[in-house]
Amino acid sequence: MMRLELVKRPQRSALFSALSPFIAFALTIIAGAVMFALLGVNPLTAFRIYFIEPISQVWQLHELAIKAAPLILIAVGLSVCYKANIWNIGAEGQFILGGIVGSIIPVLFPQFEGPLVLPLMLLLGMLGGAAYAAIPALLKTRFGTNEILTSLMLVYVAQLFLDWLVRGPWRDPQGHGFPQTIQFNDSAVLPELMPDAGRANWGFVFALVAAVLVWILMSRMLKGFEVRVLGSSPRAGRFAGFGLNRMVFFAFLLSGALAGLAGISEVSGAIGQLQPVISPGYGFTAIIVAFLGRLNPLGIVAAGLVLALTYLGGEAVQSALGISDKVARVFQGMLLFFVLGCDTLIHYRIRLIGLALTKPEGAAKLEAAPKLKEAR
Amino acid sequence: MDITVNILLTIATAATPLLIAAIGELLVERSGVLNLGVEGMMIMGAVGGFGASYLTGSPWIGLLAAIAMGAVFSLLFAVMTLSLATNQVATGLSLTLLGLGLSGMMGTSFVGQPGERLPNLDIPGLTSIPVVGRLLFGQDPIFYISIALTAAVMWFLFKTRTGLTLRSIGDSHTSAHALGIQVIRYRYLAVIFGGACAGLAGGHLSLVYTPQWVENMTAGRGWIALALVVFASWRPWRVLAGAYIFGAVWIGQLHAQAFGIPVPSQFLSSLPYLATVVVLVLISRNKRLTMMNTPASLGQPFVPDR
Repeated sequence: MMRLELVKRPQRSALFSALSPFIAFALTIIAGAVMFALLGVNPLTAFRIYFIEPISQVWQLHELAIKAAPLILIAVGLSVCYKANIWNIGAEGQFILGGIVGSIIPVLFPQFEGPLVLPLMLLLGMLGGAAYAAIPALLKTRFGTNEILTSLMLVYVAQLFLDWLVRGPWRDPQGHGFPQTIQFNDSAVLPELMPDAGRANWGFVFALVAAVLVWILMSRMLKGFEVRVLGSSPRAGRFAGFGLNRMVFFAFLLSGALAGLAGISEVSGAIGQLQPVISPGYGFTAIIVAFLGRLNPLGIVAAGLVLALTYLGGEAVQSALGISDKVARVFQGMLLFFVLGCDTLIHYRIRLIGLALTKPEGAAKLEAAPKLKEAR
Repeated sequence: MDITVNILLTIATAATPLLIAAIGELLVERSGVLNLGVEGMMIMGAVGGFGASYLTGSPWIGLLAAIAMGAVFSLLFAVMTLSLATNQVATGLSLTLLGLGLSGMMGTSFVGQPGERLPNLDIPGLTSIPVVGRLLFGQDPIFYISIALTAAVMWFLFKTRTGLTLRSIGDSHTSAHALGIQVIRYRYLAVIFGGACAGLAGGHLSLVYTPQWVENMTAGRGWIALALVVFASWRPWRVLAGAYIFGAVWIGQLHAQAFGIPVPSQFLSSLPYLATVVVLVLISRNKRLTMMNTPASLGQPFVPDR
């Protein structure tokens, strides 16, 4: 019987830091091949349908951008939280609230048109998301309540609230009883980037801009340094005069605003009205995007595209092979698992050793001695 | 009188999965490990339990399958966090995400299929006693398991030497390690126990509560169980009380919906989640209580140096 043993590296490995997302992706592919084989599908056929066919034409790349935009926007915000060791896992709810608050104008004032409509909607969306994220931040700073559980509980509340809105007060009276709001008027719809080539809208540009801005914030500005210090050593941060409570609010408001922007962009761009469900779990998948992108905004752009592809691939295998599109969720979950596992390689070397039962006590100790030296 | 008994019975049925999942997680957290994957292990238990029961025709085999499924799935978390020392929060989250996806995929062919319910206890003579008969001797088998589990965990943690060792690991894994205690081994067993409990709790949902398979049928109960452990400040009997309070909230809002109270059903449905937030705030306001009871090394990775 074998046992794993971790040996601390003297310093973090730059090599594995760069390689680990790729190793993780390779492991996911292997595990995915096993899964497809178990489902009775030739893995090569499945992979072609899953990963290649959905992005072989220009219009499909536009679909990829539509799916990637919310993932990147949300994940960029979450990366700041997670760097600061603040666990906002309720981005799904902040996304929904952004969608709802941003839709106030086109739903309640449909006669209001003009160039001002969209900027106002986007602003309201960001405010909505930030305000919703402020609740767990307030509870954490005021009462010390665990933000993981509160931010998550608010997701369910947001989903139910949206459901009530589109079935109740905001339902389109001419909608034949369908639970949805009126179609947004033209000035409330996020324009497409290249209408001749595909459906991708300005949401993708917002995502790229947000990624670059947050990257500058995190790597070039004092605030980014503050985030990193408070995240890795709150005590050192206190000595430096950085306020932990202010940081909690900063991280939650920033990530909430970005999730809200993603929400209103999705509603006004890809959907064009409010429905009972406006997100296929973007807020949760973005957690995976953030980790796969190594909590680095530029890495997150790449990771967002990869995860967007898992959504498209899931739809593709469902229609081509009759496999449930839940396969996308499985891929996403496996990917996060492998990323987290591979990250261990950055700080530790892994040794496989025989269980101590099979050898005398002394031998195990002798073996351990040189290892200690290496660790130093 | 009959109505009261019926309401009490439904509250017990709603509270049982919360209680089982929370009592398992309590033991895990007492060992210093924070497993946020309860929701994922629970839904895997639900789909495994329903699947086995549907394929074999025996809900009892389903019950065993649910437990096994939760335990095996938790092993994934154990290997990652204990052997590879990954971040427990992120790993737990990914366990939940993976569980929700995997269960959805595995359960595709079970959607809409009729399931078989685990039979209620029926002891001739005892179950028919008015009022208390059905409450004490006429419930589903998992209800009795949940009560027994709570008592067993309480006894184990506070009355046995192994339990004391487990708690000491949760409070300081470095000291425990220095005393020669096999920290990682204890934690493996604790995590697997927690997984088995979460699986059983999921099995209760798909074999007793609503004997069928519905995607995402756990509906956040795993997260509420996690909150219950905090609410209970890591004490088993308080978990019991908390689970029944939440069971009552859950059933209360369903009854309110059925009575046609002029409040939108969505608002009533969100009550259990809002109640969780309120309860967490109330308990965390009492700093002394939480500080004193939180296992000191909760959530911190441990790599034995030798």
